[in-house]
Amino acid sequence: MAKKNVSLSAEFLKGIWNENPILRSLLGLCPTLAVTNSAINGLAMGLATIFVLVSSSILISLFRKRIPHQVRIASYVVVIATFVTLADRYMAAYYPVISKALGPYVPLIVVNCIILGRQEAFSSKNGVGRSILDALGMGTGFIMVLLVLGSVREILGSASLFNFTILGDWFHPWMIMILPPGAFLTLGLLIGLANWYNEKRGIV
Amino acid sequence: MNTSVRMIIVLTVIAVLAGGILSTWDGITRPKIAQHRLEELKAAIAEVLPAYDYYDQVEAGETTFYIGRRNNVEAPVGIAFKAEGSGFQGKITMMVGLKPDFETLTGIKVLEQIETPGLGNKISVDPSNKENPYWFAEQFRGVQTAPEITVVKNRKPTKNTEIEAISGATISSRAVVRILNETIRKAKQLYLINRNRDGNRNG
Repeated sequence: MAKKNVSLSAEFLKGIWNENPILRSLLGLCPTLAVTNSAINGLAMGLATIFVLVSSSILISLFRKRIPHQVRIASYVVVIATFVTLADRYMAAYYPVISKALGPYVPLIVVNCIILGRQEAFSSKNGVGRSILDALGMGTGFIMVLLVLGSVREILGSASLFNFTILGDWFHPWMIMILPPGAFLTLGLLIGLANWYNEKRGIV
Repeated sequence: MNTSVRMIIVLTVIAVLAGGILSTWDGITRPKIAQHRLEELKAAIAEVLPAYDYYDQVEAGETTFYIGRRNNVEAPVGIAFKAEGSGFQGKITMMVGLKPDFETLTGIKVLEQIETPGLGNKISVDPSNKENPYWFAEQFRGVQTAPEITVVKNRKPTKNTEIEAISGATISSRAVVRILNETIRKAKQLYLINRNRDGNRNG
Protein backbone atom coordinates (compact mmCIF):
# COMPACT_ATOMS: atom_id res chain seq x y z
CA MET A 1 0.00 0.00 0.00
CA ALA A 2 1.37 3.34 -1.01
CA LYS A 3 2.00 5.56 2.00
CA LYS A 4 0.29 8.87 1.61
CA ASN A 5 1.42 11.86 3.56
CA VAL A 6 -1.61 12.52 5.66
CA SER A 7 -1.33 15.12 8.37
CA LEU A 8 -2.19 14.08 11.91
CA SER A 9 -5.12 16.47 12.11
CA ALA A 10 -6.52 15.09 8.88
CA GLU A 11 -6.25 11.59 10.37
CA PHE A 12 -8.52 12.72 13.18
CA LEU A 13 -10.86 14.95 11.18
CA LYS A 14 -11.69 12.49 8.40
CA GLY A 15 -13.90 10.42 10.73
CA ILE A 16 -15.96 13.41 11.70
CA TRP A 17 -17.25 14.35 8.28
CA ASN A 18 -15.58 13.16 5.07
CA GLU A 19 -15.41 9.51 6.13
CA ASN A 20 -18.06 9.64 8.87
CA PRO A 21 -18.80 6.00 9.72
CA ILE A 22 -22.58 6.46 9.75
CA LEU A 23 -23.26 9.26 7.26
CA ARG A 24 -20.66 8.29 4.65
CA SER A 25 -19.91 4.58 5.13
CA LEU A 26 -23.29 3.52 6.60
CA LEU A 27 -21.56 1.34 9.19
CA GLY A 28 -22.82 0.54 12.69
CA LEU A 29 -26.42 1.17 11.72
CA CYS A 30 -27.87 -1.40 14.12
CA PRO A 31 -27.00 0.46 17.36
CA THR A 32 -27.56 3.76 15.56
CA LEU A 33 -31.16 2.89 14.83
CA ALA A 34 -31.89 0.91 17.97
CA VAL A 35 -30.71 3.02 20.91
CA THR A 36 -31.26 6.58 19.73
CA ASN A 37 -34.79 6.95 21.13
CA SER A 38 -33.36 9.44 23.64
CA ALA A 39 -30.31 11.68 23.76
CA ILE A 40 -28.90 10.10 26.92
CA ASN A 41 -29.05 6.59 25.43
CA GLY A 42 -27.28 7.81 22.29
CA LEU A 43 -24.59 9.48 24.39
CA ALA A 44 -23.98 6.40 26.59
CA MET A 45 -23.86 4.11 23.58
CA GLY A 46 -21.45 6.47 21.82
CA LEU A 47 -19.12 6.70 24.83
CA ALA A 48 -19.04 2.92 25.27
CA THR A 49 -18.26 2.51 21.57
CA ILE A 50 -15.47 5.12 21.66
CA PHE A 51 -13.90 3.35 24.65
CA VAL A 52 -13.92 0.00 22.86
CA LEU A 53 -12.75 1.52 19.57
CA VAL A 54 -9.82 3.46 21.02
CA SER A 55 -8.65 0.66 23.34
CA SER A 56 -8.83 -1.97 20.60
CA SER A 57 -7.01 0.30 18.15
CA ILE A 58 -4.18 0.89 20.63
CA LEU A 59 -3.66 -2.80 21.32
CA ILE A 60 -3.98 -3.93 17.75
CA SER A 61 -1.69 -1.27 16.31
CA LEU A 62 0.87 -2.14 19.02
CA PHE A 63 0.85 -5.84 18.20
CA ARG A 64 0.08 -5.57 14.48
CA LYS A 65 3.42 -7.08 13.48
CA ARG A 66 3.13 -10.02 15.88
CA ILE A 67 -0.34 -11.20 14.90
CA PRO A 68 -0.13 -13.68 12.02
CA HIS A 69 -2.20 -12.64 9.04
CA GLN A 70 -4.30 -15.84 9.04
CA VAL A 71 -5.64 -15.39 12.57
CA ARG A 72 -5.94 -11.61 12.59
CA ILE A 73 -9.76 -11.48 12.56
CA ALA A 74 -9.99 -14.01 15.40
CA SER A 75 -7.48 -11.98 17.40
CA TYR A 76 -9.30 -8.70 16.74
CA VAL A 77 -12.62 -10.21 17.82
CA VAL A 78 -11.20 -11.55 21.11
CA VAL A 79 -9.60 -8.18 21.88
CA ILE A 80 -12.77 -6.27 20.99
CA ALA A 81 -15.00 -8.68 22.94
CA THR A 82 -12.81 -8.28 26.01
CA PHE A 83 -13.12 -4.49 25.98
CA VAL A 84 -16.85 -4.69 25.31
CA THR A 85 -17.35 -6.97 28.31
CA LEU A 86 -15.27 -4.64 30.49
CA ALA A 87 -17.45 -1.70 29.41
CA ASP A 88 -20.69 -3.66 29.84
CA ARG A 89 -19.86 -4.82 33.37
CA TYR A 90 -18.64 -1.35 34.30
CA MET A 91 -21.93 0.20 33.25
CA ALA A 92 -23.95 -2.52 34.99
CA ALA A 93 -21.98 -1.94 38.21
CA TYR A 94 -21.89 1.86 38.27
CA TYR A 95 -24.69 3.08 35.97
CA PRO A 96 -27.40 0.43 36.38
CA VAL A 97 -30.21 2.61 35.00
CA ILE A 98 -28.47 3.37 31.72
CA SER A 99 -27.20 -0.19 31.51
CA LYS A 100 -30.80 -1.41 31.74
CA ALA A 101 -31.98 1.06 29.10
CA LEU A 102 -29.31 0.00 26.61
CA GLY A 103 -30.01 -3.67 27.28
CA PRO A 104 -28.36 -6.07 24.84
CA TYR A 105 -26.91 -3.31 22.66
CA VAL A 106 -23.78 -2.89 24.77
CA PRO A 107 -22.68 -6.53 24.40
CA LEU A 108 -23.56 -6.17 20.71
CA ILE A 109 -20.80 -3.56 20.27
CA VAL A 110 -18.66 -6.66 19.63
CA VAL A 111 -20.21 -6.98 16.19
CA ASN A 112 -20.25 -3.25 15.41
CA CYS A 113 -18.67 -3.07 11.95
CA ILE A 114 -17.07 0.29 12.69
CA ILE A 115 -14.76 -1.27 15.26
CA LEU A 116 -13.72 -4.36 13.32
CA GLY A 117 -13.57 -2.24 10.18
CA ARG A 118 -11.11 0.28 11.67
CA GLN A 119 -8.86 -2.50 12.97
CA GLU A 120 -8.75 -4.17 9.57
CA ALA A 121 -8.50 -0.98 7.52
CA PHE A 122 -6.33 1.17 9.75
CA SER A 123 -4.82 -0.06 13.04
CA SER A 124 -3.36 -3.19 11.48
CA LYS A 125 -1.37 -0.98 9.06
CA ASN A 126 -0.51 2.11 11.11
CA GLY A 127 1.34 3.10 14.25
CA VAL A 128 -0.20 3.67 17.66
CA GLY A 129 -0.39 7.48 17.44
CA ARG A 130 -2.22 7.58 14.13
CA SER A 131 -4.45 4.69 15.19
CA ILE A 132 -5.55 6.55 18.30
CA LEU A 133 -6.31 9.67 16.25
CA ASP A 134 -8.19 7.61 13.70
CA ALA A 135 -10.21 5.84 16.42
CA LEU A 136 -10.99 9.09 18.22
CA GLY A 137 -12.09 10.73 14.97
CA MET A 138 -14.30 7.85 13.94
CA GLY A 139 -15.70 7.61 17.47
CA THR A 140 -16.43 11.34 17.55
CA GLY A 141 -18.17 11.11 14.17
CA PHE A 142 -20.23 8.19 15.48
CA ILE A 143 -21.24 9.84 18.76
CA MET A 144 -22.13 13.10 16.99
CA VAL A 145 -24.62 11.37 14.74
CA LEU A 146 -26.01 9.36 17.69
CA LEU A 147 -26.47 12.54 19.69
CA VAL A 148 -28.19 14.38 16.84
CA LEU A 149 -30.49 11.42 16.15
CA GLY A 150 -31.21 10.88 19.85
CA SER A 151 -31.94 14.57 20.43
CA VAL A 152 -34.22 14.97 17.41
CA ARG A 153 -36.14 11.80 18.25
CA GLU A 154 -36.44 12.66 21.94
CA ILE A 155 -37.58 16.24 21.28
CA LEU A 156 -40.21 15.23 18.73
CA GLY A 157 -41.17 11.92 20.33
CA SER A 158 -41.12 12.76 24.04
CA ALA A 159 -41.05 16.60 24.02
CA SER A 160 -37.93 16.49 26.17
CA LEU A 161 -34.14 16.56 25.89
CA PHE A 162 -31.89 14.62 28.28
CA ASN A 163 -35.10 13.89 30.24
CA PHE A 164 -35.86 17.60 30.78
CA THR A 165 -39.21 18.61 29.35
CA ILE A 166 -38.48 21.40 26.87
CA LEU A 167 -41.67 21.62 24.85
CA GLY A 168 -44.83 22.71 26.63
CA ASP A 169 -48.23 21.07 26.78
CA TRP A 170 -49.20 22.61 23.44
CA PHE A 171 -46.93 20.10 21.73
CA HIS A 172 -48.37 16.66 21.21
CA PRO A 173 -45.40 14.23 21.03
CA TRP A 174 -45.06 12.28 17.80
CA MET A 175 -45.03 8.79 19.18
CA ILE A 176 -43.63 7.40 15.93
CA MET A 177 -40.32 9.18 16.54
CA ILE A 178 -39.38 6.96 19.48
CA LEU A 179 -40.56 3.82 17.66
CA PRO A 180 -38.33 2.05 15.08
CA PRO A 181 -39.82 3.87 12.04
CA GLY A 182 -38.80 7.18 13.64
CA ALA A 183 -35.20 5.96 13.66
CA PHE A 184 -35.27 5.12 9.96
CA LEU A 185 -37.00 8.38 9.00
CA THR A 186 -34.62 10.57 11.00
CA LEU A 187 -31.49 8.75 9.85
CA GLY A 188 -32.66 8.78 6.22
CA LEU A 189 -33.30 12.52 6.32
CA LEU A 190 -29.98 13.14 8.07
CA ILE A 191 -28.02 11.17 5.47
CA GLY A 192 -29.95 12.95 2.72
CA LEU A 193 -29.09 16.29 4.25
CA ALA A 194 -25.40 15.35 4.53
CA ASN A 195 -25.32 14.20 0.90
CA TRP A 196 -27.04 17.36 -0.28
CA TYR A 197 -24.54 19.51 1.62
CA ASN A 198 -21.57 17.53 0.33
CA GLU A 199 -22.81 17.78 -3.23
CA LYS A 200 -23.16 21.54 -2.90
CA ARG A 201 -19.59 21.73 -1.57
CA GLY A 202 -18.43 19.52 -4.39
CA ILE A 203 -17.35 16.50 -2.31
CA VAL A 204 -18.85 13.24 -3.47
CA MET B 1 9.19 -20.04 13.34
CA ASN B 2 6.59 -22.25 11.73
CA THR B 3 3.42 -20.24 10.93
CA SER B 4 1.01 -22.75 12.51
CA VAL B 5 2.98 -22.74 15.75
CA ARG B 6 3.00 -18.95 15.75
CA MET B 7 -0.73 -18.86 15.16
CA ILE B 8 -1.33 -21.17 18.09
CA ILE B 9 0.98 -19.22 20.40
CA VAL B 10 -0.47 -15.82 19.51
CA LEU B 11 -4.08 -16.93 19.88
CA THR B 12 -3.35 -18.74 23.14
CA VAL B 13 -1.59 -15.73 24.62
CA ILE B 14 -4.44 -13.41 23.59
CA ALA B 15 -7.09 -15.75 24.97
CA VAL B 16 -5.28 -16.31 28.28
CA LEU B 17 -4.73 -12.57 28.78
CA ALA B 18 -8.36 -11.81 27.91
CA GLY B 19 -9.57 -14.50 30.32
CA GLY B 20 -7.36 -13.20 33.12
CA ILE B 21 -8.44 -9.59 32.66
CA LEU B 22 -12.11 -10.52 32.48
CA SER B 23 -12.10 -12.70 35.58
CA THR B 24 -10.34 -9.96 37.57
CA TRP B 25 -12.86 -7.40 36.36
CA ASP B 26 -15.73 -9.74 37.15
CA GLY B 27 -14.42 -10.05 40.71
CA ILE B 28 -14.49 -6.27 41.07
CA THR B 29 -17.90 -5.61 39.52
CA ARG B 30 -19.88 -8.69 40.61
CA PRO B 31 -20.58 -7.57 44.20
CA LYS B 32 -21.72 -4.15 42.94
CA ILE B 33 -24.05 -5.66 40.38
CA ALA B 34 -25.45 -8.15 42.93
CA GLN B 35 -26.02 -5.26 45.33
CA HIS B 36 -28.02 -3.34 42.70
CA ARG B 37 -30.15 -6.42 42.05
CA LEU B 38 -30.83 -6.88 45.77
CA GLU B 39 -31.74 -3.21 46.21
CA GLU B 40 -34.09 -3.41 43.24
CA LEU B 41 -35.70 -6.53 44.68
CA LYS B 42 -36.12 -4.98 48.13
CA ALA B 43 -37.59 -1.79 46.67
CA ALA B 44 -40.03 -3.83 44.58
CA ILE B 45 -41.15 -5.91 47.58
CA ALA B 46 -41.59 -2.80 49.71
CA GLU B 47 -43.68 -1.25 46.98
CA VAL B 48 -46.15 -4.10 46.51
CA LEU B 49 -46.65 -5.20 50.13
CA PRO B 50 -48.38 -3.32 52.96
CA ALA B 51 -46.00 -1.88 55.57
CA TYR B 52 -43.94 -4.62 57.20
CA ASP B 53 -41.01 -4.82 59.60
CA TYR B 54 -39.13 -7.63 57.92
CA TYR B 55 -39.69 -10.28 55.28
CA ASP B 56 -38.96 -13.99 55.12
CA GLN B 57 -37.80 -15.62 51.95
CA VAL B 58 -39.33 -19.04 51.25
CA GLU B 59 -38.36 -21.11 48.24
CA ALA B 60 -41.04 -23.35 46.78
CA GLY B 61 -40.10 -25.09 43.57
CA GLU B 62 -39.00 -22.39 41.16
CA THR B 63 -40.92 -19.65 42.93
CA THR B 64 -39.57 -17.58 45.78
CA PHE B 65 -42.12 -16.13 48.17
CA TYR B 66 -41.29 -12.97 50.09
CA ILE B 67 -43.48 -13.00 53.19
CA GLY B 68 -43.87 -9.62 54.87
CA ARG B 69 -44.29 -9.77 58.66
CA ARG B 70 -44.65 -7.39 61.58
CA ASN B 71 -42.65 -7.82 64.73
CA ASN B 72 -44.41 -10.04 67.29
CA VAL B 73 -47.36 -10.79 65.00
CA GLU B 74 -47.72 -14.35 63.79
CA ALA B 75 -49.91 -13.76 60.75
CA PRO B 76 -48.05 -12.29 57.78
CA VAL B 77 -49.21 -8.93 56.39
CA GLY B 78 -48.72 -9.97 52.80
CA ILE B 79 -46.98 -12.28 50.37
CA ALA B 80 -45.03 -11.21 47.31
CA PHE B 81 -43.61 -13.23 44.45
CA LYS B 82 -42.22 -12.67 40.98
CA ALA B 83 -44.66 -13.33 38.15
CA GLU B 84 -43.50 -13.87 34.61
CA GLY B 85 -45.23 -14.34 31.29
CA SER B 86 -45.29 -13.23 27.69
CA GLY B 87 -46.55 -9.81 26.72
CA PHE B 88 -47.10 -8.28 23.29
CA GLN B 89 -43.43 -8.40 22.26
CA GLY B 90 -41.54 -10.29 24.92
CA LYS B 91 -41.38 -11.33 28.51
CA ILE B 92 -43.05 -9.25 31.22
CA THR B 93 -41.72 -9.72 34.76
CA MET B 94 -43.63 -8.29 37.70
CA MET B 95 -43.46 -8.29 41.46
CA VAL B 96 -46.90 -9.16 42.77
CA GLY B 97 -48.08 -8.46 46.31
CA LEU B 98 -51.14 -10.12 47.85
CA LYS B 99 -52.86 -10.45 51.18
CA PRO B 100 -52.03 -13.83 52.75
CA ASP B 101 -55.30 -15.35 51.49
CA PHE B 102 -54.22 -14.62 47.87
CA GLU B 103 -57.62 -12.99 47.25
CA THR B 104 -56.72 -9.30 47.38
CA LEU B 105 -53.87 -7.63 45.50
CA THR B 106 -51.84 -5.22 47.60
CA GLY B 107 -49.81 -3.97 44.65
CA ILE B 108 -47.91 -4.87 41.50
CA LYS B 109 -44.72 -3.49 40.02
CA VAL B 110 -43.46 -4.17 36.51
CA LEU B 111 -39.78 -5.09 36.75
CA GLU B 112 -38.95 -5.92 33.15
CA GLN B 113 -40.82 -5.45 29.90
CA ILE B 114 -40.06 -4.72 26.26
CA GLU B 115 -43.55 -3.60 25.18
CA THR B 116 -43.93 -0.97 22.46
CA PRO B 117 -42.48 2.39 23.60
CA GLY B 118 -45.19 4.99 23.93
CA LEU B 119 -48.00 2.41 24.01
CA GLY B 120 -47.55 -0.92 25.79
CA ASN B 121 -44.66 0.27 27.92
CA LYS B 122 -47.12 2.43 29.83
CA ILE B 123 -47.73 -0.69 31.94
CA SER B 124 -44.56 0.31 33.77
CA VAL B 125 -44.64 4.11 33.48
CA ASP B 126 -46.92 6.45 31.54
CA PRO B 127 -45.26 9.85 31.03
CA SER B 128 -48.36 11.19 29.24
CA ASN B 129 -50.26 11.07 32.55
CA LYS B 130 -48.48 13.87 34.37
CA GLU B 131 -50.45 13.55 37.62
CA ASN B 132 -49.80 9.86 38.07
CA PRO B 133 -47.46 8.16 35.62
CA TYR B 134 -47.86 4.89 37.53
CA TRP B 135 -51.66 4.80 37.34
CA PHE B 136 -51.78 1.48 35.51
CA ALA B 137 -49.94 -0.54 38.14
CA GLU B 138 -51.53 1.38 41.00
CA GLN B 139 -55.10 0.57 40.02
CA PHE B 140 -54.40 -3.07 40.90
CA ARG B 141 -54.11 -2.20 44.58
CA GLY B 142 -57.14 -3.69 46.37
CA VAL B 143 -58.38 -5.59 43.29
CA GLN B 144 -59.97 -8.98 44.05
CA THR B 145 -58.36 -11.94 42.34
CA ALA B 146 -61.33 -14.34 42.55
CA PRO B 147 -62.91 -15.55 40.37
CA GLU B 148 -60.54 -13.64 38.07
CA ILE B 149 -59.31 -10.15 37.25
CA THR B 150 -60.85 -8.69 34.11
CA VAL B 151 -60.01 -5.78 31.80
CA VAL B 152 -62.46 -3.08 30.80
CA LYS B 153 -61.92 -0.67 27.91
CA ASN B 154 -62.67 3.05 27.69
CA ARG B 155 -64.54 3.27 30.97
CA LYS B 156 -63.79 3.32 34.66
CA PRO B 157 -63.89 -0.06 36.43
CA THR B 158 -67.14 -0.67 38.30
CA LYS B 159 -66.50 -4.06 39.94
CA ASN B 160 -63.71 -4.77 42.39
CA THR B 161 -62.24 -7.38 40.01
CA GLU B 162 -61.91 -4.93 37.10
CA ILE B 163 -59.06 -2.76 35.90
CA GLU B 164 -58.98 -0.25 33.06
CA ALA B 165 -56.92 -0.99 29.94
CA ILE B 166 -54.37 1.47 28.58
CA SER B 167 -55.90 3.01 25.48
CA GLY B 168 -53.98 1.85 22.43
CA ALA B 169 -52.36 -0.99 24.35
CA THR B 170 -55.15 -3.44 25.04
CA ILE B 171 -52.94 -6.44 24.30
CA SER B 172 -50.28 -5.40 26.81
CA SER B 173 -52.96 -4.59 29.42
CA ARG B 174 -54.63 -7.95 28.88
CA ALA B 175 -51.25 -9.70 29.01
CA VAL B 176 -50.55 -8.25 32.46
CA VAL B 177 -53.94 -9.42 33.70
CA ARG B 178 -53.54 -12.85 32.11
CA ILE B 179 -50.13 -13.30 33.73
CA LEU B 180 -51.56 -12.25 37.09
CA ASN B 181 -54.55 -14.61 36.87
CA GLU B 182 -52.39 -17.56 35.88
CA THR B 183 -49.51 -17.04 38.25
CA ILE B 184 -51.61 -16.11 41.28
CA ARG B 185 -53.65 -19.32 40.95
CA LYS B 186 -50.49 -21.42 40.70
CA ALA B 187 -48.69 -19.51 43.43
CA LYS B 188 -51.62 -19.95 45.80
CA GLN B 189 -51.59 -23.73 45.38
CA LEU B 190 -47.83 -23.87 45.68
CA TYR B 191 -47.83 -21.71 48.78
CA LEU B 192 -50.58 -23.67 50.53
CA ILE B 193 -49.00 -27.07 49.75
CA ASN B 194 -45.69 -25.80 50.97
CA ARG B 195 -47.12 -24.35 54.16
CA ASN B 196 -49.06 -27.52 54.98
CA ARG B 197 -45.98 -29.64 54.41
CA ASP B 198 -43.88 -27.43 56.66
CA GLY B 199 -46.65 -27.36 59.22
CA ASN B 200 -46.79 -31.16 59.31
CA ARG B 201 -43.06 -31.41 59.63
CA ASN B 202 -42.99 -29.00 62.52
CA GLY B 203 -45.97 -30.60 64.24
